[in-house]
Amino acid sequence: MKLATLSLLAVLVAPAAHAVEYATVLPKQSSIGFEFRQMGVPVKGGFKRFTTQMQFDPARPEAARASIGIDLASIDAGSPEADDESAGKLWFNRSAYPKASFVSSEVRALGNNRYELRGTLTLKGKAREMTVPVTYTPGKNTATFDGTFVLRRLDFGIGEGLWADVATVANEVQVRFRIAATGN
Amino acid sequence: MTAAVRYSTPAIVLHWLVALLIFVGFPLGLYMVDLPLSPDKLKLYSYHKWVGVSVFLLVAIRLGWRLTHTPPPLPESLAAWQRRASTLAHGLLYVLMVVIPLSGWLMSSAKGFQTVWFGVLPLPDLIEKNRELGDLLAGVHQALNFTLLGLVILHVSAALKHHFIERQPFLQRMGWSRKERT
Repeated sequence: MKLATLSLLAVLVAPAAHAVEYATVLPKQSSIGFEFRQMGVPVKGGFKRFTTQMQFDPARPEAARASIGIDLASIDAGSPEADDESAGKLWFNRSAYPKASFVSSEVRALGNNRYELRGTLTLKGKAREMTVPVTYTPGKNTATFDGTFVLRRLDFGIGEGLWADVATVANEVQVRFRIAATGN
Repeated sequence: MTAAVRYSTPAIVLHWLVALLIFVGFPLGLYMVDLPLSPDKLKLYSYHKWVGVSVFLLVAIRLGWRLTHTPPPLPESLAAWQRRASTLAHGLLYVLMVVIPLSGWLMSSAKGFQTVWFGVLPLPDLIEKNRELGDLLAGVHQALNFTLLGLVILHVSAALKHHFIERQPFLQRMGWSRKERT
């Protein structure tokens, strides 16, 4: 009830500022990173190449859309050895599934520049519904959209067979992204 | 024979604990490096690092003990050059026992993997991830280890030679038995 009132307020108050629609993504200022635990050791990685299409008007968040395509060959899995290993069948099976994608289906304003992004993440041929919290930071010309969520790698068959042992490589992968975009 | 023939009990316990860890950690390191990536490899790497951190800590205690306790004198039959060689070799062994785990720790950080002792206690990364530096430190770690191997062979051979060939009560210096033999 409180949340609904807040989001209603956010929708009503936001347009007064200025109506800008963010649609041009700045790849150099955008990033997708992840962190997972391996034998209790945190390992950081990320993807260097991905394309984002988005439309976001703070005045009409419910009309916002986003889709992201990730080139899995651009992975940094923590070490060159792990980069190579990740291409294999047990991990991403990259020759069959070279890309991962996320396509939004619904955006809800939570108030305070926070939004809930629902959509479908497709990885290794498996599509899963996801809900991702996103924080919108308006800037002078550029706005940033930051989000973080936990992905369970085994939901997508990432690291099968002998790698399915989550005591060695944890199931939970913390994903962190930042999309920077300019308005028009 | 006087009682001073034997090292103090803490010194002996520390000596053999560290020796045991080195005898586990060294072959483990040699074996694991060429394995293809697998969960077992990741486990062995972690075990190797845990052994290394343990050596580092035990050697820190050992050094503290060694600096505050005088070891038993060497048998008088030993030539002056042998005494000098012994002092030098022991000094180098201590240096390597400190520097080898340190180089491994730094290498691990440079390669982007923090060292977490027993998967529980994280050691700080003293240097940032840097592939070239990581490869350099791997070479340094390996070279230091083979130097250690050479010195350990020398150390063991000298002890055995004094004991069995020159018939000095040498092994008792680091032995478990409190009984003094003449």
